[in-house]
Amino acid sequence: MWQLLQIELYKIFRRPRTYIAFGATAVLITLLQFGLKVDGQEYADFMLQSLGNFDVQGKLLNGYMVCYLVLQLMLVHVPLLVTLISADMLSGEANIGTLRLALSKPYSRASVVLAKFFATCVYTLLLLIWVAVLALFVSMLVFGTNDLFLMKSEYIVLIKENDVFWRYCCAFGFAFVSLVTVASIGFFLSAFAENSIGPIVTTMSIIILFTVLGTLNIPMFDAINPYLFTSHMVIWKEFFDEKVTANNEAIAGTIQDLPAIFHSLLVLLAYIVVMIGATIFVMNKKDILS
Amino acid sequence: MQPIVQVKNLSKQYKNIKAVDALSFTVQEGDVYGFLGQNGAGKSTTIRMLLTLINPTAGDIELFGMKLHANRNKVLRNVGAVIEKPDVYKYLSAYKNLKLFAHMSKVHPSDKQLMQQLDMVGLKERAHDKVSTYSQGMKQRLGIAIALIHDPQLIILDEPTNGLDPQGIADIRNLILHLSREMKKTLLVSSHLLNEMEQVATRLLIIDKGKKLVEGATAELFDPAQTLIELETTNNKEAIDLIAGSAWQKGLPQQRSNKIYIRMHRDDIPDFNAWLVERNIRLVSLQPRHSLEDYFLQITSGTQHVAAFTN
Repeated sequence: MWQLLQIELYKIFRRPRTYIAFGATAVLITLLQFGLKVDGQEYADFMLQSLGNFDVQGKLLNGYMVCYLVLQLMLVHVPLLVTLISADMLSGEANIGTLRLALSKPYSRASVVLAKFFATCVYTLLLLIWVAVLALFVSMLVFGTNDLFLMKSEYIVLIKENDVFWRYCCAFGFAFVSLVTVASIGFFLSAFAENSIGPIVTTMSIIILFTVLGTLNIPMFDAINPYLFTSHMVIWKEFFDEKVTANNEAIAGTIQDLPAIFHSLLVLLAYIVVMIGATIFVMNKKDILS
Repeated sequence: MQPIVQVKNLSKQYKNIKAVDALSFTVQEGDVYGFLGQNGAGKSTTIRMLLTLINPTAGDIELFGMKLHANRNKVLRNVGAVIEKPDVYKYLSAYKNLKLFAHMSKVHPSDKQLMQQLDMVGLKERAHDKVSTYSQGMKQRLGIAIALIHDPQLIILDEPTNGLDPQGIADIRNLILHLSREMKKTLLVSSHLLNEMEQVATRLLIIDKGKKLVEGATAELFDPAQTLIELETTNNKEAIDLIAGSAWQKGLPQQRSNKIYIRMHRDDIPDFNAWLVERNIRLVSLQPRHSLEDYFLQITSGTQHVAAFTN
């Protein structure tokens, strides 16, 4: 298995396509940071307008705030970039004809499938680390650090500077599980196709459809919301909400709704297990005709 | 000799299509086993079943005396294959592809061994160039190098001369002979290029619509006493009447379109030619039809002589 994983990683990182996602995220994050650096104060003033007479001391637009803004945008787009690789893992090889050679080697199909999936996970992790470096560390460097000021729909959260970093670590950890969930769906769909366009487009369509269904406030769709993986992917934001005392004072180092996070984590893990299990089942039964 | 491949009643059904129909054959150690059939005859499906790429609907496959599906990984360690096109990673060099597939075959050859392998197939000079810059023939040779890198006992080549120019075809033919004679490998080679098979195969299996038509040693299947002659004269009717009333009639002369076909021993062709000239039959052409091609056409169209060759 280790040997196969090494081979799969070697193949992934020798392909030019692999670096599209790294390049795209770098451009996007840099543009956002540049925009906020140039016009950030205006953006912050606009944000505070809705609060009326609210006196904010300190540096509102700091690295932590920028990272939060970047993640809000990026965690919609990064799954699409992960799909480019995950949905290509089996179908792409079927398309160029190397799958039949790989599957005629003395490894079980389950081993080959798992090696490809784990390689996709490593790729996803590296992409997320890249996003973290750019969105968090570069923002901290460029904008400095301070308390994190967040506006929720009904209230404001102010997290002390020394209580923020670990929340980002947890959020990125959760994002990893979310992205692997997306990867596993793309991976599953790629088992049925002999070119990667179909599974890539289908996975992207599923993400978009589920996201739309999850955001529509129509009672009819409320029943299915808990089953949509996209509804659970956004739970990372819960890491940036604190418990409060009876006097409505924030308790540092706490998370307001930890059970919700664990619940979403379990749902996402269940998606991954089912998708990969189904992929192995399909591949074991499949006649390789490509 | 030990049977290397033993296939019994192998079948593959796709909905309404029976791609392979109760096929049985045996490849002995040291054979160059020619697997012949027209496109769509079921050759590739059979080969894919031998490599566990396609699940059979029915039948048994044993390789090296072991049940294939029960001993898959053990058996496949000893098999090298080029399946249809030699598809490799185009963004890697031949050297990197070879190394990668060697690892997938659970062997770790040294740099020297990798280069020796590439040298054997004539790719040493281009070893570090990306495969995307290779010709079809070079890719085919790389495919064969990949099939051989783990020193397998059985080599399966599916249409190895597809898309190659005459020089490429000759190179592959020589390589097959080298692998068989010098390296003592057992080869199963599928093709629809009949003359090529005749030159390299020690045994032949001909299939059509998934069914075995004939199997046997090449030398036995192509008896020189049964060479078919294609003849064209300025007056075919007169010629065929003349032949019918002579000793040559045992060759079952037939007229089809503007040609006469007659069987005889290859050694008798000069005498037959002289006999015609003596009788003032003016020849437009006289040539032995390619034996295997003729044979193949005859049996795949369900005409005579099949029974005579079935063993």
